[in-house]
Amino acid sequence: MLFRLAPGSAVSNLSRVPHATPETRAALKEQFGLDKSRGEQYVIYLKQLAHGNLGISFANSQPVRENLRTAILNTLPMVALGTLFAIIFGTLTGVIAAWRRGTALESGTVTSALAFYSMPTHWLGLMLVILFTGILPTGGMSDEFLIDPSWWTHFKDVLSHMILPSLTLGLVLFGEYTLIVRSAMLETLGEDYILTARAKGLRPWAIVRKHALRNALLPIATLVALSLGYIVAGAILVETVFSWPGVGRAVYDAVLARDYPMLQGAFLFLTVSVVFFNLLADLLYFKLDPRITE
Amino acid sequence: MSVVVHEPGAVSDPLPVRSRGGFIWRTIRHRPSAAIGALLLGLIILCALLAPWIAPYGLHEQVGPPFGPPSRAHPLGLDDGGIDMVTLLMWGLRISLIVGFAATLVSMLIGGTVGLVAGYFGGKTDGILMRITDYFLVIPDVPLMIVVAAIWGPSLFHIIIVIGILLWTGTARVIRAQVKSVRERVYVKRARALGAGHGRIILRHVLPQVAPLLIANTVLTIAVAVFDETALAFLGLGDPSRISLGKVIENAFQRAAISSGAWWAIVPPGVLVALLILSCSLIGQSLEDALNPRLRVAHLSARTFRLRPLVGRDKAAV
Repeated sequence: MLFRLAPGSAVSNLSRVPHATPETRAALKEQFGLDKSRGEQYVIYLKQLAHGNLGISFANSQPVRENLRTAILNTLPMVALGTLFAIIFGTLTGVIAAWRRGTALESGTVTSALAFYSMPTHWLGLMLVILFTGILPTGGMSDEFLIDPSWWTHFKDVLSHMILPSLTLGLVLFGEYTLIVRSAMLETLGEDYILTARAKGLRPWAIVRKHALRNALLPIATLVALSLGYIVAGAILVETVFSWPGVGRAVYDAVLARDYPMLQGAFLFLTVSVVFFNLLADLLYFKLDPRITE
Repeated sequence: MSVVVHEPGAVSDPLPVRSRGGFIWRTIRHRPSAAIGALLLGLIILCALLAPWIAPYGLHEQVGPPFGPPSRAHPLGLDDGGIDMVTLLMWGLRISLIVGFAATLVSMLIGGTVGLVAGYFGGKTDGILMRITDYFLVIPDVPLMIVVAAIWGPSLFHIIIVIGILLWTGTARVIRAQVKSVRERVYVKRARALGAGHGRIILRHVLPQVAPLLIANTVLTIAVAVFDETALAFLGLGDPSRISLGKVIENAFQRAAISSGAWWAIVPPGVLVALLILSCSLIGQSLEDALNPRLRVAHLSARTFRLRPLVGRDKAAV
């Protein structure tokens, strides 16, 4: 993951400041350790990483860890709200679509899920902006003109700013999850034990809940966990539309500013989050499926 | 044992080819969603192909005021430069489709090859190739695309390559799994016993068997590639000299189409992208469903259950 370390044009960009004398350049290079070879830089980076130091941002000279922490803390609640929405409604509609297969209800749900799944994320965001201008705040994370707000007002303010970005993310994911849950449920509903349960005279809802959904949860959990790792990365589009100061925005700004330490930090975080959610999915397996006991 | 020696591939040759083409055609005919998708995709491609002839105005021709509202002469209004939206959309569609198809081709070539080779040879080759795939799989692709596009500089070719080299992982894994099962089938073993080389077995015997899956995957990848192009363009990393649908959305967003109330500059391009992705998803999904016999029976779906209380009309499916 750290191949990104080859800094390329980092220095040239830094010193593109007008009136930069060769001395300033050299001083800057030395300050950021860019006068050393790439190999040396890499070793230093790894050493520092082991100590939990992600380096200093080229752009604003703040420690990358601090920059990143603020960004992550901004992104997480927004993403969590959207994902929660998507998981709850996606599972619900997915189950219903699979259960009522071949009915108008199914084609309705599947069509709407596909439609949301097909929309470009940022475009859906813009549509929501058009629809809700004047009703909900459409940009930023909080109202900057609030003077010394109480904790509760601030909370309400941030929450109202959060609704639209979360909804955008939630709707796109909702489409995806509905489709995932539906196909997983369809597969389980074709199993013989469903037929057995049916033959025993169990009520359909009980079969769906206890027999089908329980077994369908395994593939669902994997796919959802996999997608969770990418949400943070995907939030970049939503964050651009709504000027939300999160991780995605940070990556984007860091690219434009050639802020390599910041980029490395952000990538490290994104990759670790993907791996972490994979691990989480594997651990969830034990919980969901008592047959797995290794 | 008879002494008749024939070319290993010669006998099985015409069969897979016919069934492959037939499979797609059958799916499109029998599944309404696939038919709708194919129709939609066909219309979109036709529009894009015919743009130079049927576009009502010139691509760089200013025909009215900036953000002119829809009128009889301009059914979708004008953009920020006073260019007719219908014209713009047709030309944008071309670029978006080129990026989508070309990037998909790149990713299919890589993913298909990796999947075939890893699945067929197995063992150490499989191990190494799959580790590489895993490595690419954990990289969050949108941020990496942004980084690469920003560093290489915005050009159509770079965007195609970037999207292509990041999308192949899924294909590689799906194909590999399928190849692993095909490899063990009797006719492949027979071909090997008859002395067919690896290259011949892969191309003549394995590839035709995984081809439908590869095609289903290709169609789904086109949708992702088109989406990625739109995303990159929206972040200002698209080719500035080429107008794609993503570029049209970005332009409208940057030039404050929303605060000017010019919804016509921003809604249609998005709808078009959504339709394009939708048509590809419909086709790809139906092909995949058709390939998965387990989906054919559902013991508890409301209608099927009412109509046929036991297994299914199609006994072969069980």
